[in-house]
Amino acid sequence: MTGTTLGQSFGVQRTADIQNAYMAMARTKRMYGGIMLVIFIALMASGFMLADSRNAGGFWDGILNVFDFPGEVLAEASEKAALIPALMVKFFPSLLETINIAAAATLVGGLLAVILSLLSTRGLARFPRLIGVFRRLMDILRAIPEIVIALVLIFVLGGGPVPAMIAIALHTAGALGKLFSEVNENASVQPLEGLESTGANWTQRMMLGVVPQVAPNWLSYALLRFEINIRASAILGFVGSGGIGYDLKNAFSWGQGRYDEVAAIFILLFLAIVFFDQLSSHYRNKLVGKA
Amino acid sequence: MLELKSLTKRFGDKIAVDAATFVVDRPMMIGIIGRSGAGKSTLLRMLNRLSDASDGHIFFDDTEITGLRGAARREWQSRCAMIFQQFNLVPRMDVVSNVLHGTLNRRSTFATMFNLYPQDDIHKAIEILDRLGIAEQAPKRAEALSGGQQQRVAIARALMQDPKIILADEPIASLDPMNAQIVMDALRRIHEEDGRMVIANLHTLDTARRYCDRVIGMRDGRIVFDGRPDQLTTGVARDIYGAGADFSEDATSTAIETLDRQQQETAKAKALV
Repeated sequence: MTGTTLGQSFGVQRTADIQNAYMAMARTKRMYGGIMLVIFIALMASGFMLADSRNAGGFWDGILNVFDFPGEVLAEASEKAALIPALMVKFFPSLLETINIAAAATLVGGLLAVILSLLSTRGLARFPRLIGVFRRLMDILRAIPEIVIALVLIFVLGGGPVPAMIAIALHTAGALGKLFSEVNENASVQPLEGLESTGANWTQRMMLGVVPQVAPNWLSYALLRFEINIRASAILGFVGSGGIGYDLKNAFSWGQGRYDEVAAIFILLFLAIVFFDQLSSHYRNKLVGKA
Repeated sequence: MLELKSLTKRFGDKIAVDAATFVVDRPMMIGIIGRSGAGKSTLLRMLNRLSDASDGHIFFDDTEITGLRGAARREWQSRCAMIFQQFNLVPRMDVVSNVLHGTLNRRSTFATMFNLYPQDDIHKAIEILDRLGIAEQAPKRAEALSGGQQQRVAIARALMQDPKIILADEPIASLDPMNAQIVMDALRRIHEEDGRMVIANLHTLDTARRYCDRVIGMRDGRIVFDGRPDQLTTGVARDIYGAGADFSEDATSTAIETLDRQQQETAKAKALV
């Protein structure tokens, strides 16, 4: 009897201890969370004030005019709405050129990314000591803005789609290489061991052991990159590499009464992105479903 | 209390559960047995409203469950706790937080997002963990626990919901015999002490016989047996599993005693030789 009571009171005591210890832990966590929140809000507020004080116009005066420009574009475009389909047909070849640049850049950059990613994944790399070198190389490729590479290449090679393609491909190689190598890290090494035991060389092990495992994820990232590249290739048109960006710049900068062209180009770009988004998700599902 | 009326689930042209009908008039412990693919999990998932029935009705205390939408459906789910084969805890959160997830339906989204729970709830969660014998694990991450411990955390989460019914979908299929027994004992105790209804999908006959007041056998989506455990003869079991005469339930058993029994029999056989 005494034993049970003692045992029970011990049990209750122990539970109370655990409860108190957990409550103390929870309180500490909450306090840290609260402090972090206060610091976050303070930083956001002070950063905003600083940025606002350095602004030329001032945020609060400008914010009211945010919708003026789109409003003007929309107003003018809706006035000439009947002309837009014809303009879309007119700009369609430039859109194709833009998409072409993006597709070629994604393909070239993607292939480069495959090689770079395999060379820079721990456990898979051909030269484990050079992992750092290949990683830094990808960092450099990502760090330099596409527009800078494009401008340099346009200066060297002259305007046109090839410099834009190279510029985007280099950036894609860096960006996709990092994402691919993260995918590679999750690949199982067992199939690789199996292939190694048969006397397969490194390229064979990678192509036959790793690629089948990671291909769906690679494709998914590459298709996302393709969409990003369509936009990037449109932007590079602004600096003289052709495509729909060049037309957009002209329509914008000459201003007077050409906002219907701007609207037509935006609609084309939007439709292109939607189209490729649908297409890519379709093929991605097909690949993942069958894998 | 709980009534199923020709509950049916179709996936395309395949029928997973075919007009399941039964009545439970008082809280009891029910075991559902059958081969994998017989529709046991689908049945439990429809009861919890994790998936919708294609046809038929579920009634609980004269409320139609199959028709509930939105907040009413979530309220039902909070009264009808579910335990899974793979535990389905949040691996990177601590044990107590996982148990406190049982209160999500009663608390505001905002407070729970920041993991803010009332002190009473936290104390209650630890008391439930203590009842299941794993209070010392309270501050650890769920992923750091063994399978049997994780399943007990899942049971604690279910108890935190203070449910009328506990549904257990193969609760011991991923556990070793020792932990399986601990988990089944816990479920039985919850039924006896708290008077909650427990419905468990089981893959071994001896577990169903030993722990359940009533056994339901399913085959190809149909309920082919519904009765007391002592009515579950080897012949009936062969029917449920669609097995031939070579079917022996000891072969599928995971209980420790069965192993002893088998060893004894083998020893006996050897002695005879």
